[in-house]
Amino acid sequence: MSAGVGVDLENLWIRFGDFVAVRDANVHIKGGDFFSFLGPSGCGKTTILRAVSGFLEPSEGNVLIGGNNMKGIGPNKRPTALIFQNLALFPLMKIWENITFSMEIKGASARERRKRADELLDMIALPGQGDKLPSELSGGQRQRVAIARALCAEPDVLLLDEPLSALDLKLRQHMRTELREIQQRVGITFIYITHDQGEALTMSDDIAVMRAGVIDQIADGKTIYNDPSTAFAASFVGENNVFRGKVLDVRGDQALIRTNRSGDLLSRISTANQGKMNVGDDAMMFIRPEALSLAPTGSQGDHFVTAKVNHEEFEGNVFNIFMEGDGGKELKVSIPNHGQSFEDHSGQDMTLEYDVNNAVAVPAGELAAE
Amino acid sequence: MTTDKIIRVSIWIYLGIFFAYLLGPLIIMSATAFNSPSFPRMTPWECLTFNWFGELFRDERILNGIWNSILVGFGTVILSVSMGLAGALMLTQIWPKLRATYYTIIIAPILIPGVVLGISTLVFWDRINRMLGLGADSVLSNGLFLTIIGQSTFIASYCMLVLVARLQRYDIALTEAALDLGATHAQAFRKVLMPFMMPAILSAAVLAFLASFENYNTTTFTFGEYPTLTIELAQKVRYGITPAISALAFMIVALTVFFALINEANIKRKKMIAEARKDATVGELAGKIEVPGLISRNPAAIALIVLVIGVATVTASAMTYSPDQCIADVQEQKRLETEKRIQELRDRRAKEAAEKAAAEGAEGGATQTAPKPSNNSGFGGVFAPNTLQNEGTDDGASDEGADDGAAGSSNNSGFGNVFDPNALGNDNN
Ligand SMILES: Nc1ncnc2c1ncn2[C@@H]1O[C@H](COP(=O)(O)OP(=O)(O)O)[C@@H](O)[C@H]1O
Ligand SMILES: [Mg+2]
Repeated sequence: MSAGVGVDLENLWIRFGDFVAVRDANVHIKGGDFFSFLGPSGCGKTTILRAVSGFLEPSEGNVLIGGNNMKGIGPNKRPTALIFQNLALFPLMKIWENITFSMEIKGASARERRKRADELLDMIALPGQGDKLPSELSGGQRQRVAIARALCAEPDVLLLDEPLSALDLKLRQHMRTELREIQQRVGITFIYITHDQGEALTMSDDIAVMRAGVIDQIADGKTIYNDPSTAFAASFVGENNVFRGKVLDVRGDQALIRTNRSGDLLSRISTANQGKMNVGDDAMMFIRPEALSLAPTGSQGDHFVTAKVNHEEFEGNVFNIFMEGDGGKELKVSIPNHGQSFEDHSGQDMTLEYDVNNAVAVPAGELAAE
Repeated sequence: MTTDKIIRVSIWIYLGIFFAYLLGPLIIMSATAFNSPSFPRMTPWECLTFNWFGELFRDERILNGIWNSILVGFGTVILSVSMGLAGALMLTQIWPKLRATYYTIIIAPILIPGVVLGISTLVFWDRINRMLGLGADSVLSNGLFLTIIGQSTFIASYCMLVLVARLQRYDIALTEAALDLGATHAQAFRKVLMPFMMPAILSAAVLAFLASFENYNTTTFTFGEYPTLTIELAQKVRYGITPAISALAFMIVALTVFFALINEANIKRKKMIAEARKDATVGELAGKIEVPGLISRNPAAIALIVLVIGVATVTASAMTYSPDQCIADVQEQKRLETEKRIQELRDRRAKEAAEKAAAEGAEGGATQTAPKPSNNSGFGGVFAPNTLQNEGTDDGASDEGADDGAAGSSNNSGFGNVFDPNALGNDNN
């Protein structure tokens, strides 16, 4: 890992009139990291990015880049480059002029600019396309041009605002890998914004999960997936089954929860909440569909769940079973397909089993919208 | 089927009437520029002449008016386009709640009569001039200055409308992207926003120039010692118009068509270049793109070339062609005709006199003069041109030159030759 330039948000508040778009954000982003802000649309991700790039002054708190407070420093003086959600390529300039715009500003000669443009075009695998206009490229190609244009400015921090959201699925998956490769090659800090947890999980070193202006959890992808610290993080990242209830007993790092409709179940308490959950508190327990498995019907105990099967579906690599769940939401179970025979259980009661370490309990809270 | 046909035919008829209404006056006026009579008329066609163009270019006042109009036009373009651009940019920046109010205020000058703008410009700057204690020869009371300022008050609003339309399609993220890449605000404006606005700025400039060039209402109060073309024309028409004015009209029409065709050909060409680029390979893009020739598949370009060749031919032939012989012939013919008529009259008078004498001799002077030839018109002959003509000739019979002059020379009526009794007289003869 190269040293790179880190970014810190200290007690960052951003208000639009009475509306609080970002509430007391504290984030430390290590130099050279690929860092993602993950959250649903409208949660304040773009707002944070605009505060980092300098288009927006925080209402309170500080943005530090490489340890320097950026207060009062305009976007053209910050060592950041932003890739806009709609790319914002200059429509009247040719590709090579677009890419080297930052050099033109500094008065570089056309020959220098062409040379640099050719290098960058090679890097983004668009050799010789410099004389086209942005409108003459495909979506994925434009995407890469926007990246090249930002990199040409040699920023210490590259900011990307949902750059893949306009691409089709295939291209999106391809670009994930490509972006990650580019980041590792140039070794600068990437701050990436997305509402797509798949993108965040596959590319990022660290992820901040955001909900309505608040940062719920900052951790690496694995931790966020396996050990979410809030109900929102648990329900937003990946698919999850929720069981609502009250804490009946706390046993070290485990809690016995009296669920509304599945009896008393035992669960691990998420790391961030250990010591904070007390008997009688409202709690939520989450189990991933792939962490549930079939058990002999009628098995009893604190890690068995019995429910009626609504319907089933075959997805190729897994069989999905949808059962009556808690609070109107279906309980989903994914059974890996090993070529075993699989009969239809619709309408029958089935019993499921889980490993207590794969269940996680957090204080009751807001769930992510479907 | 038949109704279909009827509809189609009536559409064509409608179009014909519509275009005749739109273009008829222009075509007729243009044609009169090439006819030799000194009052602009198309019939009777006497002699093809290019002399009215020469006449036009010898008219100091018209030339001076054109020059002043151009000066005012350029001044107005610069002032209006910059004010319009500033206004348009302001509209996108202003607090949204104020936007509607601001828009109304800035559009208002278009709705105010030009006369009012002219008067108020004059009064306002006169006050300021006096407040500053300046004399009547200061810049603030200069006709050029006042006209440019006065016209710009409302032409700037037109420009703003044109510019706002384009600005609304501008993505502000482009400016932000430029700033983000290290550009100053001035650089972002110059390198990103301005190129984007350029087409609209050019349109606004053309619009401003044309609006300035044709303006009369406002200018009439402000021109001072710099009468523009419209002012000069208006003053000239008061003393009767000559085909030299038609020549000017013809040139303006020709120039308009010329520029419209250039524009059209250019648009078409750009489209074809874009198409060629689409099909071009990477190598071709880097080098020279094979662009189709100027004329191929471009009707506007062909029309343009035809027009240019036509004008060149006409100009060249005008240099060598002289209508003198024809004019002399026509005049000679008219003289002969007049003489013939006078002769007839004299004969008739002589005959009448003889009859009178004979009647007097017979009835002892009891009867009056014989009544004039009766007229069938219900209007008692008031509108009958022949009657007028006859009366005119009756009175001036002794003056041989009068009729001759009237037939061939100027007429002060502002209504064209429709009410020119001599013309009608000629037709009938
Ligand atoms: N300039 C602004 N004025 C008022 N509200 C704004 C402004 N910009 C963003 N917001 C609000 O702030 C919230 C967060 O917006 P944004 O950061 O764009 O969300 P996202 O996470 O989808 O990028 C939204 O509710 C949005 O309506
Ligand atoms: Mg956004």
